[in-house]
Amino acid sequence: MNSINILIVGVGGQGTLLASKLMGKIYIDKGYDVKVSEVHGMSQRGGSVVTYVRAGEKVFSPVIEKGEADVMISFEALESARWLPYLKKDGVVISNTAQIDPMPVIMGNAEYPENPIGLIEKAGIKVVAADALALAEQAGSAKSVNIVLLGIAAKQLGIDKAECLDAIRATVPQKTVEVNEKAFELGYNL
Amino acid sequence: MEKKLLLGNEAVARGLYEAGVRVVSSYPGTPSTEITEAVSKYEEIYSEWAPNEKVAFEVAIGASFGGARSFCAMKHVGLNVAADPLYTASYIGVNGGMVCAVADDPGMHSSQNEQDSRRHAIAAKVPMLEPSDSQEALDFTKIAYDLSERFDAPFLLRLSTRISHSRSLVTVNDRADMELKPYNRDVMKNVMMPAMARKAHAKVEARNAAITEWADTEAFELGVNREEIFSDEIGVIAAGSTYAYAREALGEKASYLKLGIVNPLPVNAIIEFAKKVKTLYVIEELDDIIETHCIKLGVKVIGREVFPPLGEYNQAIIAKAIRNKENEFAAVDCDVPARPPVLCPGCPHRGLYYALKSLNLYVSGDIGCYTLGAQAPLSMMDTCVCMGASVSALHGYNTARGSEAAKKSIAVIGDSTFIHSGITGLIDIVYNKGISTVIVLDNSITGMTGHQNNPLNGKTIKGDPTTAVDLEALAKAIGINRVVVVDPFDIKGTKAAVEAELQAEEPSLVISRRPCALLKSVKHEPALTVD
Repeated sequence: MNSINILIVGVGGQGTLLASKLMGKIYIDKGYDVKVSEVHGMSQRGGSVVTYVRAGEKVFSPVIEKGEADVMISFEALESARWLPYLKKDGVVISNTAQIDPMPVIMGNAEYPENPIGLIEKAGIKVVAADALALAEQAGSAKSVNIVLLGIAAKQLGIDKAECLDAIRATVPQKTVEVNEKAFELGYNL
Repeated sequence: MEKKLLLGNEAVARGLYEAGVRVVSSYPGTPSTEITEAVSKYEEIYSEWAPNEKVAFEVAIGASFGGARSFCAMKHVGLNVAADPLYTASYIGVNGGMVCAVADDPGMHSSQNEQDSRRHAIAAKVPMLEPSDSQEALDFTKIAYDLSERFDAPFLLRLSTRISHSRSLVTVNDRADMELKPYNRDVMKNVMMPAMARKAHAKVEARNAAITEWADTEAFELGVNREEIFSDEIGVIAAGSTYAYAREALGEKASYLKLGIVNPLPVNAIIEFAKKVKTLYVIEELDDIIETHCIKLGVKVIGREVFPPLGEYNQAIIAKAIRNKENEFAAVDCDVPARPPVLCPGCPHRGLYYALKSLNLYVSGDIGCYTLGAQAPLSMMDTCVCMGASVSALHGYNTARGSEAAKKSIAVIGDSTFIHSGITGLIDIVYNKGISTVIVLDNSITGMTGHQNNPLNGKTIKGDPTTAVDLEALAKAIGINRVVVVDPFDIKGTKAAVEAELQAEEPSLVISRRPCALLKSVKHEPALTVD
């Protein structure tokens, strides 16, 4: 059983917690030991947020440190750049192309880097980028961005599609199952 | 048996359920809040939000007097508020078992300081257990009740952000059928006056010795403490999250003395473990408590010498310090601008701060979402110390600087924080003839900790209707004549009202009232765009 480290990053309020919960469930159903570390409280409010999902034979630490993540699932382009050091050098970044300006940029005290995803590629790291919001809207709800990204990640991690869909059906509210299934497919088949 | 992926906090709640606990009273505080939220889902347990941690702790003591297994939860700084009852509850002991969970926040993800709660356990001579994952959070909670009743002591359960807010697999069991213990008046035991307390203190010292003996023996049989021997070169003594980090960083290249009881600490077990390894490390976040204990025992250890006294640890810090090993990683070739947390779009606090910004006021701040207004662009806070300090510290500031300063200064405090400990400061202002202007930011919810009901919003922890404190009537009852209610989205009206109150030669209470924008009950107009 290989151990797997998944870093999920974004901006507080984007729905990173559901993605981590689903990832956790998928690996538990596969028989792994799992730890998921979440961020609650102050940093939730529009700040940079990170969730760690770790799966393996036996997982001790709940956190992922620099150079340890196999995959980063990022909900925002600048956050992909910020958390890049946490990825293994042969890891993969799955990034939403969305740009959300942080307060220092809005105030004109800092600049939003031009094309953060390009900068990651320049650092020699593989990136799968997608406009997850457009795909989520295509699926039927802007709120399903997290499931689109999960779909892309599942493909990259080689997780069985049926296992993911089972986890989604068991986790999301009944009335959103259809939209989320569609969102997952759009990400998976990207 | 069923396995579930539970937060450490949810696992504590499950432990309370399984231990047959009947009464839970807490005040919210990150990272402890979800324990009591999870408890409120169990019909078998009475749960409530108390106005503050001292009240919560005292409710738990009372329930224990009454023969029930009882519980309270709080964050580390909350235990300062509850310290008064804690220290004397230690002398009294329990009838029904009593446990208080206290969640530390190394790294200060959501706190104003980084204090180590083990200090309170030592000073109050209250035993303390510390789990290192969700399964232990559940198991130790249950064990704490058995020990509480056996040793006649309230127990502390120490958590930290990473234990409280990490999910790991837990095996759950059924609820124990715990009968209410009979109540018998026992003045010598339960009334702490000097004559009784002198005897009680002697009892506490003997109890501490007995629990030390337990920590050396039975704690190992139960798995609360354990040795894991892999190597005779490197040994590690650790507890809680640092055990998890050490085990991750060093794997089977080290041996471990994993401590589940952190006060009192074992003695012989440490001396014996030290003999089994050549180099012995103590790995503990925040204060060097285990290390100091080892030094006192004459056991040579490496601790503070290589590990920092600040912040949260992780496997990388340990791998670097002990194995001099660092991972390779990539980084983008560019400055990544910071993304600090900010007040939410549509937040009523934004309106209030925006309305008052041009007045250039001294703003005595407090603990809550609105503390985020300290940062640019709002920059609307001069000080922030602890829960309730905005009101009393404003009175101190104005007393020091005189009535002209009072006309250019305000306190800002949230609804829940005001009930927690702002009221007493306001009484101080009225009683001592102050003229300060205090603004209560009433958004109908305890916001920062994730939306808990409170005594001002008329709903219990379960969302049932209850009597709400009438803030205007309360202010009048303590002697404030000038009570004004404003809508923070009415920028002009809010500014004018506050300006008028600042000029008044008597104390004023301004209530800035608008519900939190994230409440489900709040309806939003469609977004407007500027052409």
